[in-house]
Amino acid sequence: MQQGSAGEAAGIASATGGPPVLELTDISKSFPGVQALKGVRFDMRAGEVHALLGENGAGKSTLIKIVSGVHRPDQGSIRIDGQEATFASPLEAQRAGIATIYQELLLFPELTVAENIFMGHAPRRRLGAIDWPLMRAQARALLASLDIHDLDVNQVVGTLSVGNRQRVEIAKALSQNARILIMDEPTAALTERDVERLFAIVRLLRARGVGIVYISHRLEEIFLLADRVTVFRDGEYVATKRVPETDRDDLIQMMVGRRIDALFPKFEAPIGGPVLELREVVRKPTTHGVGFTLRAGEILGLAGLVGSGRSELAHVIFGITPADSGEIRLGGQPVSIRNPAQAKRLGIAYVPEDRGTQGLVRPMPLKENVSLAVLARVAKHAFIDRAAEAALAAASIRKFGIRASGIGQIVNKLSGGNQQKVVLSKWLASGPKVLILDEPTRGIDVGAKAEIHRLMSELAQQGMGILMISSELTEIMGMSDRILVMREGRIVAEFARAAATQEAIAAAMMSSTVPMALAS
Amino acid sequence: MATATQTVRAESFRLAGLRRLFGSQEAVLLGVILLLFVVVGGINPRFLAERNLESILQGNAYVAVAAIGMSMVIVSGNIDISVGSLIGVLATVSGSLAVAGAPIIVSWLMPIGISVLVMLIIGFMVAYLRIPSIVVTLGMLSILKGGLISATGGKWISNLPPGYNLAQNELLGVPLPIYFMVGLTAGAAVWMRYSAAGRAIYAVGGNAEAARLSGISRERTLMMVFAIHGMFVGIAAILFATQLSVIQSTVPPNLELSIITASVVGGVSILGGTGTVIGSTLAAVLIAAIGSSLIFVGISPYWLRAVQGTLILLTVLADLLRRRRRTARR
Repeated sequence: MQQGSAGEAAGIASATGGPPVLELTDISKSFPGVQALKGVRFDMRAGEVHALLGENGAGKSTLIKIVSGVHRPDQGSIRIDGQEATFASPLEAQRAGIATIYQELLLFPELTVAENIFMGHAPRRRLGAIDWPLMRAQARALLASLDIHDLDVNQVVGTLSVGNRQRVEIAKALSQNARILIMDEPTAALTERDVERLFAIVRLLRARGVGIVYISHRLEEIFLLADRVTVFRDGEYVATKRVPETDRDDLIQMMVGRRIDALFPKFEAPIGGPVLELREVVRKPTTHGVGFTLRAGEILGLAGLVGSGRSELAHVIFGITPADSGEIRLGGQPVSIRNPAQAKRLGIAYVPEDRGTQGLVRPMPLKENVSLAVLARVAKHAFIDRAAEAALAAASIRKFGIRASGIGQIVNKLSGGNQQKVVLSKWLASGPKVLILDEPTRGIDVGAKAEIHRLMSELAQQGMGILMISSELTEIMGMSDRILVMREGRIVAEFARAAATQEAIAAAMMSSTVPMALAS
Repeated sequence: MATATQTVRAESFRLAGLRRLFGSQEAVLLGVILLLFVVVGGINPRFLAERNLESILQGNAYVAVAAIGMSMVIVSGNIDISVGSLIGVLATVSGSLAVAGAPIIVSWLMPIGISVLVMLIIGFMVAYLRIPSIVVTLGMLSILKGGLISATGGKWISNLPPGYNLAQNELLGVPLPIYFMVGLTAGAAVWMRYSAAGRAIYAVGGNAEAARLSGISRERTLMMVFAIHGMFVGIAAILFATQLSVIQSTVPPNLELSIITASVVGGVSILGGTGTVIGSTLAAVLIAAIGSSLIFVGISPYWLRAVQGTLILLTVLADLLRRRRRTARR
């Protein structure tokens, strides 16, 4: 690490005195149907790395969007250097010295490194023309100041590796004189070598007095890099601790907490024979040798972080991205599933994660969405039996308690929970033996959630095998007979219902192998 | 169903039904057509003469027929801008066959077959090679237009054999093309609305990914759509070729735009997923009636293009407002 001793000294000095550069107090924010943040606080001093930790849905993303001016808080105050601030737009937050590097990098792939760094604030000549030589020189100087010497400022960004693109984003943030840098899971897509370089850059920036909000699920990184850590849970502030004064178990404990849920009416169902078996199933680059058995009447919970390969595994089973190798058995018979139509015929149903883009045909009425997967069955001689279709839709409305004005209502007008029930109805109409639910209750209100859980229990009792993907540990714990944990495209742990604890599941989800070389 | 419908719900069904009827594009178009007849007929009663109304319909039935296929293509989320050139080529092929002494039935059916074939090629490139349909049909447009002019040298085909001019026939005093227009529209409307295949077109156009996950093949659906579109274009070409005693090697300029206009003004969303062929046929009739009425009230027919353009913009604007209201209510 080539940290200048002067910079080091400055970093230490600025980390000790003065008001926090950023101070959030009592911030609340709700979206339709969800309260994302409930009176949380967060503060940041110059020259510190402050990690923000929490499960998916804990409110981290909402918080950074508030700090970066994307969302406005419903209540609470934001102070910059002790001064009250309100950001009407991301641009205003930027002007206040706040830069955010999102997980999905926001660069223009067709433009060069220099153009990306100075997008929107390129140095000008008289008459307003861009001063190209100056811009390139400044871009070079900026990269050099970050100890990046292997990046050509004239290269087109689209041709760069993820690590290099991220370095361009950091340079871009600094070109706007950012004093607060928010990094959302910066190592999620990086190789080991790039992680090392990122850490070096983060330490360099800290020494220069930049405050860094660091979001990561990799606990090891927090211990390597952060000075303080703040934990959120379910949109609430849990605690802020100095990193040397905490440990791994402590953090996991704070993240998952101890919550008792009466929300999940899980009924006992007789467990039957295997309905779906996977052996060494591979689909590059997301699924690496996955094997498990799902039995009739069983709800199998699939836990894991976003990006661990859970949805991708569902896509393999449902034939959206067919397996490269390995064996899939349905009811004991080996099958080869090449597309969703075939999966459907074999008795698999998949309720996708994203209702809007994958589940519903929005301009269509409810009844037509419900019958979509069973068109062949409700049709007589190529023509749809309207009475049968209407009966199916009416039965679905009754059975699932869908709140709609009628079977002819356009699904776009339904609430999230009711839309999800429509997608469920559609798939249950196909009479599946295996039901894959991908985040079945994300973004829907508590009442609808309980109804969907009750329905899942009933379906299991009727002998269906259910594979449930969820990012909510309480849901996984509450509904599953057995729990699998995925990480990096593999199943890394399995828990029986009785043996599962939130801490153990969370630990399995998050443990990762950070190379020893990184320990500084 | 009867078990689920309580009185309240039945009431709201009925209200929704009424609202749908009067808020639908089809009802609006019908109203506008009637209004046009009343107003223009008031200014110049000769506009309402039976002969004139007949000739409006007879001369433009082929546009409506082609717009049926076009509507299916647009509902599926695609577009075909080669259709005008294709109609020109097919008409020339048909006339040439007839003049060369082929059986008349062959000179009628052969172009329909060719049209289906051409559309299958386009459909293959769109469905399987995933090239945007606007690009594929732009290429096809140039090929067909260039090929036609080179092959015919711009000459008209005349001396057509007796019995060839299908579109000039009448049945019970009504010109044959009107039967084609009404019959094909009704058939296509029923098929689009009530068949499983028709439903698949709406599903693919409304959300191709959701349709695929529901086990509906995007590729096969699109191949079917283009093949059927080809059939309608073929029939339209025959109606066009057989309406006069000569066949011009040039189709009316921007015919494809007139056809697309009929679909869009008829309420077919350019984004795919919604619209009916009844709407597109009514719109084709409306546009034809406007063209004719311009003459009767003494406005230069050159204004027709501007009127068409205005109609498109008004329709798209209305569609936008409807969508916005829909999302706002969510």
